[in-house]
Amino acid sequence: MSAVEEQRPIGYGRLKRKEDARFIRGQGTYVDDVQLPGMLHGAILRSPVAHARIASIDTSAALAHPKVHAVITGRDLEAQGLSWMPTLSADVQAVLATDKVRFQGQEVAFVIADDRYSARDALELIDVDYDTLPAVVNARKALDPDAPVIRDDLEGKTDNHIFDWESGDRAATDAVFARADVVVSQEMLYPRVHPAPMETCGAVADYDRVSGKLTLWSTTQAPHAHRTLYALVAGLPEHKIRVISPDIGGGFGNKVGIYPGYVCAVVGSIVTGKPIKWVEDRSENLMATSFARDYVMRGSIAATSEGRILGVQVDVIADHGAFNTTAQPTRYPAGFFHVFTGSYDLEAAHCSVRGVYTNKAPGGVAYACSFRITEAVYLVERMVDMLARELDADPAELRLRNFIRPEQFPYACRTGWVYDSGDYERTMRKALAIAGYDELRREQVERRARGELMGIGVGFFTEAVGAGPRRHMDILGLGMADGAELRVHPTGKAQLGISVQTQGQGHETTFAQIVAEELGIPPEDIEVVHGDTDNTPFGLGTYGSRSTPVSGAATAVVARKVREKARIVAGAMLEVAPEDLAWERGRWFVRGDPEQGATIQEIAMAAHGSLELPEGVEGGLDSETVYNPPNLTFPFGAYLCVVDVDPGTAAVRVRRFVAVDDCGTRINPIIIEGQVHGGLTDGVGMALMELIAFDEDGNCLGGSLMDYLIPTALEVPDWETDFTVTPSPHHPIGAKGIGESATVGSPPTIVNAVVDALAPYGVRHMDMPCTPSRVWEAMQGNAKPPQ
Amino acid sequence: MQVAMSVNGEERGAEVEPRLLLVHYLRDVLGLTGTHWGCDTSNCGTCVVLMDGEPVKSCTLLAATAAGHEITTVEGMERDGVLDPVQQGFHEEHGLQCGFCTPGMMLTARALLDRNANPTDHEIRTAISGQICRCTGYATIVRSIRWAAEHANEGARA
Repeated sequence: MSAVEEQRPIGYGRLKRKEDARFIRGQGTYVDDVQLPGMLHGAILRSPVAHARIASIDTSAALAHPKVHAVITGRDLEAQGLSWMPTLSADVQAVLATDKVRFQGQEVAFVIADDRYSARDALELIDVDYDTLPAVVNARKALDPDAPVIRDDLEGKTDNHIFDWESGDRAATDAVFARADVVVSQEMLYPRVHPAPMETCGAVADYDRVSGKLTLWSTTQAPHAHRTLYALVAGLPEHKIRVISPDIGGGFGNKVGIYPGYVCAVVGSIVTGKPIKWVEDRSENLMATSFARDYVMRGSIAATSEGRILGVQVDVIADHGAFNTTAQPTRYPAGFFHVFTGSYDLEAAHCSVRGVYTNKAPGGVAYACSFRITEAVYLVERMVDMLARELDADPAELRLRNFIRPEQFPYACRTGWVYDSGDYERTMRKALAIAGYDELRREQVERRARGELMGIGVGFFTEAVGAGPRRHMDILGLGMADGAELRVHPTGKAQLGISVQTQGQGHETTFAQIVAEELGIPPEDIEVVHGDTDNTPFGLGTYGSRSTPVSGAATAVVARKVREKARIVAGAMLEVAPEDLAWERGRWFVRGDPEQGATIQEIAMAAHGSLELPEGVEGGLDSETVYNPPNLTFPFGAYLCVVDVDPGTAAVRVRRFVAVDDCGTRINPIIIEGQVHGGLTDGVGMALMELIAFDEDGNCLGGSLMDYLIPTALEVPDWETDFTVTPSPHHPIGAKGIGESATVGSPPTIVNAVVDALAPYGVRHMDMPCTPSRVWEAMQGNAKPPQ
Repeated sequence: MQVAMSVNGEERGAEVEPRLLLVHYLRDVLGLTGTHWGCDTSNCGTCVVLMDGEPVKSCTLLAATAAGHEITTVEGMERDGVLDPVQQGFHEEHGLQCGFCTPGMMLTARALLDRNANPTDHEIRTAISGQICRCTGYATIVRSIRWAAEHANEGARA
């Protein structure tokens, strides 16, 4: 690649982002920036307690407020059949509570007023009489015989059980455990955390009573899926719903679900005939919309005395909160947790997952988790590290000894996944070399001799992203495919419509580069349109790192369709058979006579011109496609973390973090590195700081950014990133996706480092977050779960 | 009550409720939506603007308190079609992803560079440590501000 193309690549390469221009000028349009004439503001009254029967709700004083237009309660919605809505997991969720409240922060009433301040004032005027009930907070106790039944709205429900699910072969796993030389077991909690994007969730609903059309600006990562769900929930005809997801201030899974606030804004607009804006505040965001994780995992690993891993077994209690609203493919109630065998070639594996209700906010699949692969990778990477400790083996060497080997791909793992491609040893050795692993271990010996607590954490992960093949994967019956539509205008400029929605991932740049690579049209000549269901093709949206694996594939495929149309038109232009033409980027030319050719721009004009085209060939080059992935893609990476623990304060400092990622073909390395940096920071947050805890009454203890701690620039190091490239064999451009790799891979790596640092204290395991007080407790021999 | 202040070099006044926060004055009254709001507790810093050249969190400052002061928002950074080097730096070094924290980060960077033209990486990290970015992991923000320090007299169009 020339120096010029390095700076301004036509196709793949370090192209600076197209979308930056508006953001650096403060000209983005986020949902709260939308101002419509006559717009009113909504606010939600929320439950102050975790579990209570609602004895009465008196809204008269609020209604008497001079600036209040309406107050909507669950009873009002009940009359329209809207007080409950279906969830993405075949459960129902209260839009506004009618019978009981089931978690602190649950939606009880919706006030519509002239402005946001008045709406808040009026919340204070609503009088709700609650009869408090005992709360279920600890998932381990949710199925105790005397536990209060949370979901008595469900007919015949007498306990808090949601589902049992398993994967793998129990008998085969028992057999390898029976003959293993070494078995290590540990219960570990992946605590409840929250994606907490900087922009909270919100919506502006504008229902036109004359046309019957609803326009809904909302913070959604999946505008098309939302449109269909609104049609199903609210009974509005789907062609009369337009969902616009404008600029989104971070999502991380928080903006996949449909929340009661969105539905209330829609109902409010229908009721008042005015546009309604609802934007949650930070406490509402942290307390009510979409937590993540909350998995109690009891894992065991079996190995020979030589360090050959034979099997892994895990039983999970999954805390789903008060309503089962997790967003995941229908057939997988535990998401993709069953990739918990990780990157290792095992003889047997088995997991069981039991989902339970508790008096906590609903959610579960969010925060860049790749459908629970965060939990799976954490489990296996901690277990492997504990095994290394038990065997007195080096954790890097133990991993290298047990990796799936390159010649084993495609690799069918013990729980049914078929990994597409990988060369794990190469990636691991690269990370070790960058870190100077042997030297770090020598330094650690010296520091330990001086009483200093230095820890080195090793981690390796395999992701499974790009959901997914529609015969296996759907959400509420919608197959997980994505469309792309490419228009090439007469002057050779293009417009690409995609179904996925950026929340900062830079789709306007990356997807333009894919088209540019395929067609030779410069990226600046390609407008990427997204986030508006009236103007883009249908598809399931952006989460689970699926944009590049699915929509990226759709984009390449549709560009190739355009290229083949262009070939026919070029044949007519050059008066040769299309088969006699060859392609170089941006141009068809006559084989054996390269001077004779036509650029894609010349062909575009001719396709719309007066040129006589062969019979059966339509004019224009526009094309569309729907991409149904044949398999998931399996990105992977090797991570290494160095921490120092202050023996006096127990504070953990991340000194270095080396990340070597393999996401297959790399479209824009700038954006890829940015995705990795962000995920690593999430990892520092989860491993060391972030926790949504509850007291025994179910009061949320993480309901503001004063209590829910997120890393700032001072808590994270300057990241050391590098890469290997192992393309996906089944993906049109070999790309695998990168959005969540670092969030998946970094937490166990950091915890491995902390536990390694605490080895002189005999610590074998401690649960996240490794805050100073919790690390101090671990150093005293009192490591315990945070909740 | 009546408030008046200089916003991006222009005198702007309005009749407002005494309790109106500066962030809502800027966003809802003046329509300057480049200043964002992200928490209720002064922790996130998406609402940072400059008051008399110093970063302040406009979500915890009343519009009335800002009366008579000079406020600079992100909309005031570009001058005569020329970007502030800080803005250019964020583009050059991928200092933003979703863009939500970006205006506050850039204004804090501007204030830092105005008092310290050549800050160390640690000084940069300290300066932005009252603000949260959930996307970038900060390293590229540090590089962006360093880029601005190294191109202090250059402006360009991203």
